[in-house]
Amino acid sequence: MIEKIKTALDAVKDPEIDSVSVLDLGMVEKVQFTNGEVVVQLLPTFIGCPALDIIRQRVEQVLSSLEGIKRVTVEFINHPPWTSERITEEGREKLKEFGIAPPPKQMGPNGEWQIECPYCTSTYTMMENVFGPTACRSIFYCKQCKNPFEALKPISIWM
Amino acid sequence: MEGRDSAMKITKPEELKQYPEYQEALVELLFQLADDDFILAYRGSEWLGLAPHIEEDVAFSSISQDTMGHAAMYYQLLEEIGMGRADDLAHGREASERRNAILLEEVNGPGHYLQEPRYDWAFTVVRNYFYAQAKKVRIDSLKNCSYEPLAQVAIKINMELYYHLMHWKTWFVQLVNAQGEARERMIQAIEKVMDDFGGVLSLGNKGSKMVEFGLIDSEEVLTERWIQAMKPVFEQANLTMPNAFQMKRGNGRNGEHTSDLESAIATLSEVYRMDPLAAW
Repeated sequence: MIEKIKTALDAVKDPEIDSVSVLDLGMVEKVQFTNGEVVVQLLPTFIGCPALDIIRQRVEQVLSSLEGIKRVTVEFINHPPWTSERITEEGREKLKEFGIAPPPKQMGPNGEWQIECPYCTSTYTMMENVFGPTACRSIFYCKQCKNPFEALKPISIWM
Repeated sequence: MEGRDSAMKITKPEELKQYPEYQEALVELLFQLADDDFILAYRGSEWLGLAPHIEEDVAFSSISQDTMGHAAMYYQLLEEIGMGRADDLAHGREASERRNAILLEEVNGPGHYLQEPRYDWAFTVVRNYFYAQAKKVRIDSLKNCSYEPLAQVAIKINMELYYHLMHWKTWFVQLVNAQGEARERMIQAIEKVMDDFGGVLSLGNKGSKMVEFGLIDSEEVLTERWIQAMKPVFEQANLTMPNAFQMKRGNGRNGEHTSDLESAIATLSEVYRMDPLAAW
């Protein structure tokens, strides 16, 4: 049953980046199934993110349509905190397909990011704005292929 | 606290019932944290479309959105303790019930965001930078809070605050190092902010209880950490570190406020008051 639930969760995409699922983003902390009741614990990415409620509704929707599930409870928990290291390798690839660079895995000595252009893979890129169209994204420009693109902000415990 | 080891942690809101005095201090602290972020995020939202350039509009609205999210988390913690619904706490309380610092409720400048806004960017940069640093000092202290749900929220907020602090510091450093009008206006803004900054650093009448119960470090310790963090920035910009943090218009932590807060609440709760029970 847990496997079935996980497959269903893979269909719940980020409402603002529809190539990645809540599993790809590492938002799913725990799934429990007992006697027809499923409890899903999710970690919010950015606290003020307006997509959280939509995600909650979609998780409830896909799971309650599964055979054998009578009750769905979705909980957002703060511990452990979500960090950008939780995004899976598959998730990082899917972000690129969408035209969004995955967050850097590490930062330079002065906190600078090394970001690869999701279109041409060049690292000859420049940050235009650390804040982007949504709380989790930043705006970059690729000096190699001359495309503007977005990157997910690194979010980590050491900050 | 009677019957409670000073190093003891409280992990769930239900446990609070046994410790009414502890709960009282915790609730007071949560209202301070929530109301500070809530009103400053509102003031930030009034800048939308009016910031100096479009990139700043994107950045500032993102910061305000995050900050409103932080306020929502604190109100949520209050809801779990049984203080009422988070939405009601944010929108339904009178000015006299609010615990935010007076500095944060002040209007952005003369005019109205819909009509002839003559907002003051220097004041906005100084207020937000100094506040973000004070928030950083508090959040770092709250990571060790004896109420674990608050400590967990602090860890989460800290990661977003990192970007806010970096953003406002960049503006501050660039404007104070520019010559002419920019620097002059920034120095005036620092003086203006200092007139009320004591209210941001204050923990109010119940501050000593908060410290006793291991909720947060003392006002004196937090103020000293703020000074240490700001010192190099002031020195590099050849500015004199202010030596007095005043509360010229009173202490918001104890419910003292200005008419700026009343009009802000009237505006921001207009839709809520039409139907307080509506689901959002």
